[in-house]
Amino acid sequence: MSAVIEETHEHHDHKPTGIGRWLFSTNHKDIGTMYLWFSFIMFFVGGSMALVIRAELFQPGLQLIEPEFFNQMTTLHGLIMVFGVIMPAFVGLANWMVPMMIGAPDMALPRMNNWSFWLLPGAFGLLIASLVMSLMGMGSAPNFGWTFYAPLSTTYGPSSTDFFIFSVHLMGISSIMGAINIIATIMNMRAPGMTYMKMPIFVWTWFITAYLLIAVMPVLAGVVTMMLMDRHFGTSFFNAAGGGDPVLFQHVFWFFGHPEVYIMILPSFGIISQIVPTFARKKIFGYSSMVYATASIAFLSFIVWAHHMFTTGMPVAGELFFMYATMLIAIPTGVKVFNWVSTMWKGSMTFETPMLFAIAFIFLFTIGGFTGLMLCIAPADFQYHDTYFVVAHFHYVLVTGAAFGIMAGVYYWIPKWTGNMYDEKLGKLHFWLTAISSNVLFFPMHFVGLAGMPRRIPDYSLQFAEFNAMATVGAFVFGFSQLIFLYNVLKTQRGGVKATSKVWEGAEGLEWTLPSPAPFHSFTTPPTVK
Amino acid sequence: MTSQLNSADTNASRSNTRVISRLLFVVVGMFGFGFALVPLYDVFCDITGLNGKTGGRLALSDALQVDMSREVEVEFLASLNANMPWEFKPLQHSVKVHPGQPTRVEYVAINKTDRAITGQAVPSVAPGQAAEYFEKTECFCFTEQKLEPGERKQMPVIFVVDPDLPEDISQLALSYTFFTKPSGTQHATASLK
Repeated sequence: MSAVIEETHEHHDHKPTGIGRWLFSTNHKDIGTMYLWFSFIMFFVGGSMALVIRAELFQPGLQLIEPEFFNQMTTLHGLIMVFGVIMPAFVGLANWMVPMMIGAPDMALPRMNNWSFWLLPGAFGLLIASLVMSLMGMGSAPNFGWTFYAPLSTTYGPSSTDFFIFSVHLMGISSIMGAINIIATIMNMRAPGMTYMKMPIFVWTWFITAYLLIAVMPVLAGVVTMMLMDRHFGTSFFNAAGGGDPVLFQHVFWFFGHPEVYIMILPSFGIISQIVPTFARKKIFGYSSMVYATASIAFLSFIVWAHHMFTTGMPVAGELFFMYATMLIAIPTGVKVFNWVSTMWKGSMTFETPMLFAIAFIFLFTIGGFTGLMLCIAPADFQYHDTYFVVAHFHYVLVTGAAFGIMAGVYYWIPKWTGNMYDEKLGKLHFWLTAISSNVLFFPMHFVGLAGMPRRIPDYSLQFAEFNAMATVGAFVFGFSQLIFLYNVLKTQRGGVKATSKVWEGAEGLEWTLPSPAPFHSFTTPPTVK
Repeated sequence: MTSQLNSADTNASRSNTRVISRLLFVVVGMFGFGFALVPLYDVFCDITGLNGKTGGRLALSDALQVDMSREVEVEFLASLNANMPWEFKPLQHSVKVHPGQPTRVEYVAINKTDRAITGQAVPSVAPGQAAEYFEKTECFCFTEQKLEPGERKQMPVIFVVDPDLPEDISQLALSYTFFTKPSGTQHATASLK
């Protein structure tokens, strides 16, 4: 009897080979790897678009590209970075880490997992096809900004808008299935003794993020469906002449859009909450307050959407409500920041690359949070609205926030994934170049924004020239520094110093009880958590 | 042992099915909610009078005190939806009215094509804050308008400006956009046949 079990067990541990391993994969680790590589590739695609934008903005005047193409670049850069980089990277990390952290053998719904990944290349194929057609002179790619406000995207949208609409539908289905999978895994597959309040914070943040995804991705699907109907089926959801209202578009979009920005930061909060205790060699300060803070941020995200729309002509009562509700978010976010700082307080800290990224995250994300507070003050927002100040704000929270969190997570867990330590020297070089250049890139944007430079323009007044030149230099250093990251990841995948199963001296949690690299099938018998 | 494993498996898949079906229910519900925002938004705008949508605040029978001490200028605008072939304009550029005083103005529409066309006018009042103080008691926008080939039609609007109109508003603009009823267009009739 026991021999039979051994045999089946061995059979299960056999990895499928060739392309089929990836195409038909139902293994959470392989799917996680595919998500992460997809996100990494898209990072370079979206990043090249950012460099086209910054190159054009290096000097005032039009040098390199036509304004029409500039608009396509800003639109696709935003869409790819939001939906093609940050979100898939988080789902990839969740795929890899959530089952290992809660002691589950795999995700709850492995085949759906495969499908949710393989929808993404199709979705982005459609989106990038519109750019390819634009480059071949067959009409414009989407050019209305990533927020695709009506009527720019309905009455005045180029034909490729339909590619965009179906691309968003596919991304939405993919995210919803991913989220359902993560919730089912966390609810049903925790190891015995792993109660909710014992789950690692990363698992908690993803649990809450998954609920946000399920609540708002259908609204995004709804809004693009309305666009499609306005464009082709004679409805007038967003057309004032037919009894609709373009401002309605903004309400529906931001009802999705605001929770979406928390979808893009909460998992990073989780990653940082794993890394800081490891390298401070202390337990996380205020575990339960971290959980409640995450949940409050998620709840508040649903009642603040109109702070993106202060200048649309809202009544004063509405502006005040959305202003105060937005300010409230600073409280749970502050709780998190203070908890991270308190975790480091009197800890025996070391500064390996993941910790450096985590500390930079705490510092720079907080700057982004503060500029967010400035923007939420309704009267001040009339000055800041649609200026580079907004661009500076959301790049601080998304690049030095979300993306730094992802990079920290990759350095932190890559020894577990590959079984090899990454090159610490290269990691530190990557960190310092990235941290400094991202500030050279984004900090001057605050100044030009406050001085009145609008966003999404290919040309600007002469007085903004110096700061824009600085930002462009920062952008190119930032962009090329990421090649060091790519090289370091590839090098680690191929070999290097063997990692122990615990990897980091201060690491705690189930994933560190597994050998490095983590076996293809882990926790086939669930561990018991005391 | 095997049966134990199996029952654990079925339990797991049963609870997975339960989680999936609940979450799918939320997904479908939120997709519907996105669409429900459209009428909710209209109701909200009607109640608050935001966004230039008129009507609803005053009952038609309300006799209003005419405020002779104040004069408000009301301007009239007319525009056509992209594929509307009529000519459409107000007969007067603007009028000065005392709040509370019913006033009659006229618009004119001409169908210069050789086919009958049915149209619908959609009104809007600017500034938006004034919309709830602007009441139409009679309007060609209440019903569809059908114009025979070559027909010219004069259409009245009777309106009252509420005396409660905030002090700082001294100028209003009433604009109409005419658009073709989908059933009136060539395309739709062709597809019906």
